[in-house]
Amino acid sequence: MATKKLNLKDKYRLLTRDLDWEFSYQDRKEAFPYEEFEGIKITDWSKWEDPFRLTMDSYWKYQAEKEKKLYAILDAFSQNNGQTNISDPRYVNALKIFLTGVSPLEYQAYQGFAQTGREFGGIGARVACQMQSIDELRHVQTQIHAMSHYNKFFDGFQEFSHQHDRIWYLSVPKSFFNDARAAGPFEFMVAIGFSFEYVLTNLLFVPFMSGAAYNGDMATVTFGFSAQSDEARHMTLGLEVIKFLLEQHEDNVPIVQKWIDKWFWRGTRLLTIVAMMMDYMLPNKVMSWKEAWEVYFEEAGGALFKDLARYGIRMPKYAETIEKEKEHISHQAWWTFYTHGHATGFHTWVPSDEELDWLSEKYPDTFDKYYRPRWEMAKEMEAKGERFYTKALPQLCTVCQIPMLFTEMDDPTQTCYRSSDYEENKYHFCSDGCKDIFDDEPEKYVQSWLPVHQIFQGNCGGPDVEDILRDYYRINVGTDNMDMKGSPDELRWKEWKGTA
Amino acid sequence: MTIEIKTSMLEPVRHTFAHIERRFGDKPATRYQEATYDVQSETNFHYRPLWQPDLELNDPRRTAIQMSDWYAFKDPRQFYYGSYVQQRAKMQEAAENNYAFFEKRNLANHLSEELRASLIRFLVPFRHVEHTANLNNVYGAAYGYGTAITQALMFDGMDRLGMAQYLSRIGLILDGNSGDSLVEAKTQWMSADIWQGVRAICEEMLVTKDWFELLIAQDFVIDNLVANLVYEQWDEHLVANGGQDVAMLTEFMRVWHKDTARWVDAVIKVAAAESEENQLLISDWVTKWRGKAAEAFAPLCNEMLSENALTDALLVMDKRLAKAGVK
Repeated sequence: MATKKLNLKDKYRLLTRDLDWEFSYQDRKEAFPYEEFEGIKITDWSKWEDPFRLTMDSYWKYQAEKEKKLYAILDAFSQNNGQTNISDPRYVNALKIFLTGVSPLEYQAYQGFAQTGREFGGIGARVACQMQSIDELRHVQTQIHAMSHYNKFFDGFQEFSHQHDRIWYLSVPKSFFNDARAAGPFEFMVAIGFSFEYVLTNLLFVPFMSGAAYNGDMATVTFGFSAQSDEARHMTLGLEVIKFLLEQHEDNVPIVQKWIDKWFWRGTRLLTIVAMMMDYMLPNKVMSWKEAWEVYFEEAGGALFKDLARYGIRMPKYAETIEKEKEHISHQAWWTFYTHGHATGFHTWVPSDEELDWLSEKYPDTFDKYYRPRWEMAKEMEAKGERFYTKALPQLCTVCQIPMLFTEMDDPTQTCYRSSDYEENKYHFCSDGCKDIFDDEPEKYVQSWLPVHQIFQGNCGGPDVEDILRDYYRINVGTDNMDMKGSPDELRWKEWKGTA
Repeated sequence: MTIEIKTSMLEPVRHTFAHIERRFGDKPATRYQEATYDVQSETNFHYRPLWQPDLELNDPRRTAIQMSDWYAFKDPRQFYYGSYVQQRAKMQEAAENNYAFFEKRNLANHLSEELRASLIRFLVPFRHVEHTANLNNVYGAAYGYGTAITQALMFDGMDRLGMAQYLSRIGLILDGNSGDSLVEAKTQWMSADIWQGVRAICEEMLVTKDWFELLIAQDFVIDNLVANLVYEQWDEHLVANGGQDVAMLTEFMRVWHKDTARWVDAVIKVAAAESEENQLLISDWVTKWRGKAAEAFAPLCNEMLSENALTDALLVMDKRLAKAGVK
């Protein structure tokens, strides 16, 4: 028999898309029960365009090759004490934030995409989600393995899983993903697949991985390169989801727009920590947060939203506010962590004079005027042996859970407070964006597990802050926290380098 | 003679993460351990899911099975993502060679018309069963509890997609890539009497809500029947009737079933050993699904093999169950 040559699309359709069938013995809606409650209308799943057409045999083959190379380098890294080749031990604190704050999100992505990979009625979408799910499992596991060696030589990595569920600043990333997973499957896809993976991933993944490259961290940068092709697949899935939803029914457009507004805002709040990392935590700087925002959001994102305009989608709400925020948020965030440096699972420090000059140069309109004087003051106090730690616990925004550290963007001397009343209680927010999100779904956000509220309610042990840090957070007090100067991390580094 | 390269030795502060140390002591841990234990979030969830507001996002109550430690489900294969894909890549390489050889030598041309027809009628429709298994295992990955078992379910789910694709390829080899055999197999699946019991039980699993019950139904009961009936008994029948080359195309499945049964048996053994209640649940579920499956597979078995075939397959299942410690 003559064998016909199949193109990729036909082959994928035959091998995969035709596996599903119309039910005769059960109600199909009971097998896929979560497709309708969000108000999204899907008229025809067969219109789904597969964003990539990878069959499992190729998947195993390619991924195994990537894993083999990655683990060979991780082995070499630990065998040769690669941690001694980084630029400066301060850099490692960015990795501590990554393992405690970001890797557990990869795990939640694994869970969330497993759910959509089961629940979508269309097989094309399901299979694409399943592949993203198992990829995300890969990411959390390879990150743990990449950081495993750092854990042996630096403090602050050892309780990453326990701490992710408890520490005050880690509730910011955790609640972000909990929010997406607690929503319906389509909102999850717009939140994570599109807003996070497609629009904002370049502002999370790229800065961390480039930071690793610039600072001699071969383990993390190798992971980054290895994950790149996975990320490319995830981005095409995120874009396909949006196009599919918008093309399926015009009634979907306002729902999708609302989700884009919400998740774009929530995403930029989450990225505050990346902003701070780029501007303050990388000894060798890649670029400033402001520059990254301009390149990856204003240019790339602007083009994307121009493309989406034909579906009736506009730029996310508050995009103008965020344009102003790029001048401020990294400084406001690092100052908050610096002053709460006794309650963090990583070390903080005053930027060096060289670094202060770099910040002045990168932020000519704001740094000298608003922020440099604070650091000069902190430096003087430290020189007098009066390193400053605030005693107060911060008030948290009910939605993004970041301490109320942001200012009005038109008046950086004025802290931004917003509030809403709901069922006889008052709820506080850091911004109009967060207040809008609350007002749209108050019954969801009143449930927020706000770490500071929980402490005051006695749910985190105590009575003193130090008891909570030691027993509830499992921070090794005096070792994992406080200033970089004089820390065991710094002392060990000096011993390795013979400068102790 | 051995040579020793001098390297600088630095004394580590600790050997592994604290949660691994609490379980296994402060000593170097395996990659499986660090990738698996206590990775999943356990407490302080922020919002109840809109789709199941009575439960937390990660909640052990999505099955009736109860465990004091969900990480007791150690995978005897020690699969984490990296070891999993490497193992499957080896298997797919062997399969790829087999498929390439089969096609290069046009071995399909040596099959009688009758045999080709029976492959399309009896084997290819199993791709829909594999697709069901894909969904059932991904269901467990999504709603199960603890990385130890959910990752293994995820791997199983992806394996099933792979096997559904291999079965589809067998169809394409038989029809010269026209896809006609897949259409014919789907017609069998949708309307032939012999398949309706199997299709009905697949649909029933897809509306079953307890993920551990599904694991029992799919990964133990159904898979046991498929492995024994299709890839052993029917394989012998093919060998006896000039279809021995087909085994090249199904070897992946035979190796896979053997490999995966080790994990499934370990899961059942651990869950049953935990408590009387678990033991009872598992034994009830096995009874329930064994009965349904026997009824569902009987018409197919009778046509495909013989009336004794099903009895033999059920016997294999009962032995496995007893070995896993379920009365």
